[in-house]
Amino acid sequence: MEHAPATGRTRALRRLLVNGEPVDVPVAPHETLLEVLREGLGLTGTKHGCELGECGACAVLVDGVPVLACLTLAVELAEHQRVDTIEGLADGARLHPLQEAFAALGGLQCGYCTPGMLMTAKALLAREPRPTAAQVREALAGNLCRCTGYGPIVEAVLAAAPHVAGPAPLGAPAAAEARP
Amino acid sequence: MMRCPPFRYLAPETAAEAARLVAAHGPGAALLAGGTDLLPRLKRGQAAPDLVVGLTRVAALRRARAGADGLELGAGVTLAATARHAALTPAHRALALAAGGAATPHVRNMGTLGGNLCADTRCGYYDQPRPWREAIGFCLKAPAGCAEPAAARAGEVAGTCWVAPGGRRCWAVASSDAAPALIALGAEVTVCSGEGSRRLAVAALHRDDGRAPLLLAPGEVLTTIHVPALGPAWRTTYWKLRRRGSFDFPVGAVALAVRLAASGEVLEARAALGGVASRPLVVETDALLGRRLDDEAVGAFAEAAVAPARPLDNTDYQPAWRRRALREAVAGALREVRGDPPEALGVLARAAARVLPRA
Repeated sequence: MEHAPATGRTRALRRLLVNGEPVDVPVAPHETLLEVLREGLGLTGTKHGCELGECGACAVLVDGVPVLACLTLAVELAEHQRVDTIEGLADGARLHPLQEAFAALGGLQCGYCTPGMLMTAKALLAREPRPTAAQVREALAGNLCRCTGYGPIVEAVLAAAPHVAGPAPLGAPAAAEARP
Repeated sequence: MMRCPPFRYLAPETAAEAARLVAAHGPGAALLAGGTDLLPRLKRGQAAPDLVVGLTRVAALRRARAGADGLELGAGVTLAATARHAALTPAHRALALAAGGAATPHVRNMGTLGGNLCADTRCGYYDQPRPWREAIGFCLKAPAGCAEPAAARAGEVAGTCWVAPGGRRCWAVASSDAAPALIALGAEVTVCSGEGSRRLAVAALHRDDGRAPLLLAPGEVLTTIHVPALGPAWRTTYWKLRRRGSFDFPVGAVALAVRLAASGEVLEARAALGGVASRPLVVETDALLGRRLDDEAVGAFAEAAVAPARPLDNTDYQPAWRRRALREAVAGALREVRGDPPEALGVLARAAARVLPRA
């Protein structure tokens, strides 16, 4: 690969902020964020499903916004761009409330869609701390699941919402939202 | 893992520079905005540019400005940002529905309004992996594997259209949600080249050729979408037919805009269809002018509106069903804008215009 002429096809180091950690990763112009995460950084929690933008299995957060890693060229990310993946969701050994709820309520079976579901749901709860079931379904409308029939997933997101610590509304008492 | 083929990548900071780079490089260059249309084509081997010009560093393309004469949206504003833009009024409902109903939330966070207007046409014989297409001997849109818009513009024809094998044209389908909506709203676009810029109606942006659907010169970059301010007498909507409530491209769509007098007569009307030809179809609306939107006018208009539609066997659903369902969608959309309550609009309404609550 390194024999390619200097036409921009060779890899250049790019610094990203992945799950809060600055990492320098070599990136070729034609490589997607999915390839860079899974193969460059060994973060295989982000799944490759259709790889064409038709399933949501590779959903990650770029600056907090759910996007498809399979359709994002890594070279287009800014220096120090914030990328959050499933590997950063748990707090050490303590699962995130969304993970707890998915496990407790059967929000997953085979698990392949789960990283994309969880990251998308995380972004929803950051934007909408108390979503309705309709808002959950709309937010997850780009994540296919062939196992669960979606019911337990929506239920799990709704159940997790009160346990996800978010910035308290202005004027609200401070410790209103405790983790389980 | 499906991968993009290698290419050179440049990220200019102005649209004019992007236009110059593409023009200087020739047909081997591709513009990249949100990536949701180009990257699947790269992975399927439908395009193999040796230069990709990324537009992410062109900050001007992401700006939006609201003024007395309407809304100027940079072509790089995402579909998600378009759908929820604070300057959209209830009269812009058609655009909010179209942008907010395209693809999925993730794709709308990435895909841009300009990119949606410029999206490639689609076809069941074309949007397939390269080995699948190779097995049928490719098709007229891409006789050697990659699409050849330059050959199409030059009038060259090679390969077989599997939709209409006897013909000498490509029937791939215009699948933009935003285009019909913007046509109905009377929107215009600015495109720039290395030499300057020009402004044209969205209705004049596309041509009826699935191989080269854009009436832009190579090297022209779409920079701005001008959405006119529409007074409160305007009522607009967008109905989209598809199998699922998410993901799918339209297999038929109608955007409608009417300005009604207090007495209920139609003073102005614009309409366009999506998903049933190689370009968005502008619908003749003169028959509505001066009329009240009674059931007879609605039925006659719906029948006439779908007459030029050419749904063929290259999308989801059967062509005959698409034509019938689209006629019902046109009628339903017209009943919506005349003020029928949502619960009276039938099951198609819940499927077709489900994204936003009634304005």
